[in-house]
Amino acid sequence: MTRLVNRHPDRPTRLLLAMLPFALLIAAYAIGSDMRLAENPNDKLLPSFTALGDAITRMAFTPDKRTGDYLLWVDTVASLTRIAGGVAIATVFGLLVGVSVGLLPYARATLGGFLSAVAMIPPLAILPILFILFGLGELSKFVLVFAGIGPFIARDIAMRVAELPTEQIVKAQTLGASTWQICTRVVLPQMWPRLMDSVRLSLGAAWLFLIAAEAVASQDGLGYRIFLVRRYLAMDVILPYVAWITLLAFSFDWLLRVLQARLFPWFAPEGASR
Amino acid sequence: MNPFKTIFGTSAVAAAALVAFGLTAAAPSAQAAEKTSFKLAWSIYVGWMPWGWAADNGIVDKWADKYGIDIEVVQFNDYIESINQYTAGAFDGVTATQMDTLGIPSVGGVDSTALLIGDFSNGNDALILKDGDSVEDVLGRDVHLVELSVSHYLLARALATLGKSERDVTVVNTSDADMIAAYQTDDVTAVVTWNPLVAEILSMPNATKVFDSSDIPGEIIDLTVVNSETLADNPAFGKALAGTWYETMGIMMSDTEAGRAARAAMGKASGTDLAGYDMQIASTKMFFDPAEAAAFGASEDLKTTMESVRTFLFDHGLLGDGAPSADVVGIEFADGTVMGDESNVNLRFTTRYMDMAADGAL
Repeated sequence: MTRLVNRHPDRPTRLLLAMLPFALLIAAYAIGSDMRLAENPNDKLLPSFTALGDAITRMAFTPDKRTGDYLLWVDTVASLTRIAGGVAIATVFGLLVGVSVGLLPYARATLGGFLSAVAMIPPLAILPILFILFGLGELSKFVLVFAGIGPFIARDIAMRVAELPTEQIVKAQTLGASTWQICTRVVLPQMWPRLMDSVRLSLGAAWLFLIAAEAVASQDGLGYRIFLVRRYLAMDVILPYVAWITLLAFSFDWLLRVLQARLFPWFAPEGASR
Repeated sequence: MNPFKTIFGTSAVAAAALVAFGLTAAAPSAQAAEKTSFKLAWSIYVGWMPWGWAADNGIVDKWADKYGIDIEVVQFNDYIESINQYTAGAFDGVTATQMDTLGIPSVGGVDSTALLIGDFSNGNDALILKDGDSVEDVLGRDVHLVELSVSHYLLARALATLGKSERDVTVVNTSDADMIAAYQTDDVTAVVTWNPLVAEILSMPNATKVFDSSDIPGEIIDLTVVNSETLADNPAFGKALAGTWYETMGIMMSDTEAGRAARAAMGKASGTDLAGYDMQIASTKMFFDPAEAAAFGASEDLKTTMESVRTFLFDHGLLGDGAPSADVVGIEFADGTVMGDESNVNLRFTTRYMDMAADGAL
């Protein structure tokens, strides 16, 4: 008899199995929603699929009565701009600092300990300081996303650089490479795919910090809308927004994975879907 | 059959069943009829501190025992979450403003009764400006406040005194937890918030209060709300709450050692001290006397206020998106008149239990 560890589902089964938990979750929701709506047709906690559909139509495809904007798109653009800005700054910072700390002993001696310590500060705990330094506008939202993931990426890259076999660095030197050449020809080419991994792993945290930033002071954004309508338990708006955020986050993750596989096929040769 | 599928299938079905059960377990126990144990949710606010104190000092238990029931008093750190939990059916009663009661449980189909009128804000909510000394100076500014809260309502009322509307300012939703830090940044030149934050902000340089709730007395009302069906089936619950409340009011209003000790304890529980708490009470019209509360609950002014509050909620889309007018939710007053849809009455004002307390009939 084949052992369980050796039994692989075929393609259609795999697809079916992958969809099963989603289907069960939706079924559980439908049952729960029906039971609550049977007791109270106005129940707000688990709205029916029709109500969810209405809310989507209202938020995404109908101009808002007061402002004339299509709220879902306005919120999406605002949030994506903020998260893209924050992640971009964090990535550049992470790469520069990470490579320096990983490669240069003097940089490591100066910044290594500091970076480890800073990465441990929960940014949400020092919000008032961030506000007073950076104001309540857009800048503070970039900064919060950056502060949440920048040190993490820098530490990760520093460790990945330090992991490179010493032989490579020594070999480059015997071929006459300067520090700059070692950096650009040996270290950086190997860091690009790892940087993408690091960014992928921090995207979840980036969304968390973005939504926290938008909850604090804002006029638009996906997090703003969720916290605003939560005041009135409008789950019919919140649930589609959550699904939308999940879809966006999932798409970026997927995009980075595909890009990585395209650009750096030598990395992760198994092509494993990680 | 594939054993993996079987194991996976079974556990997944079990998990789904658990989720479905969990989601419905909190369903409103509408047909609960007579029951003996009840839950009241409250949150930190000057006018609701008595609940925590009464629970800690055995007054809740004393009255519950008298009526042969059990009342669990649960403190929430998050006001809105306490109302949401009540609306979802996890609690039989909650402390809330009349505006949030209408906007959340009543719109959500949970028929709610304003059992006790605890107080109205008489200066506790305020519009504060940097470099400005009248409401006119707010025009054109970014105003930081908790959107859709009583602060937002206060701003709308302040602008209405000038014949202006929200279009003449920009509202920025700002968390109350961060309001004090926000005021210290240069970006922020106008806020609307409530006590103790108002006192804290006014103690900073360059902060002027230009409008507060004493300019619209009796419009921001703090209630203890209970589920109407639960109350109808279990009047003992209402009696025990009213008994507890007015015994506590009697103690805390008294100018005695016991009264000061009670107020000091309530102050401490809300992060201040006796002096700080007394200052907050000074800007709150507390109804220590049940007869006074009942008179307020039966007044014609309450109808005017509810008209203005429901119009605000309707204008902001909070009476449901399909609502054709502010009439969609019926509001019943103590004299039996109904404002709005008589077939969908989901907010009820009654003076019955306050009257009983006033008559010593509890």
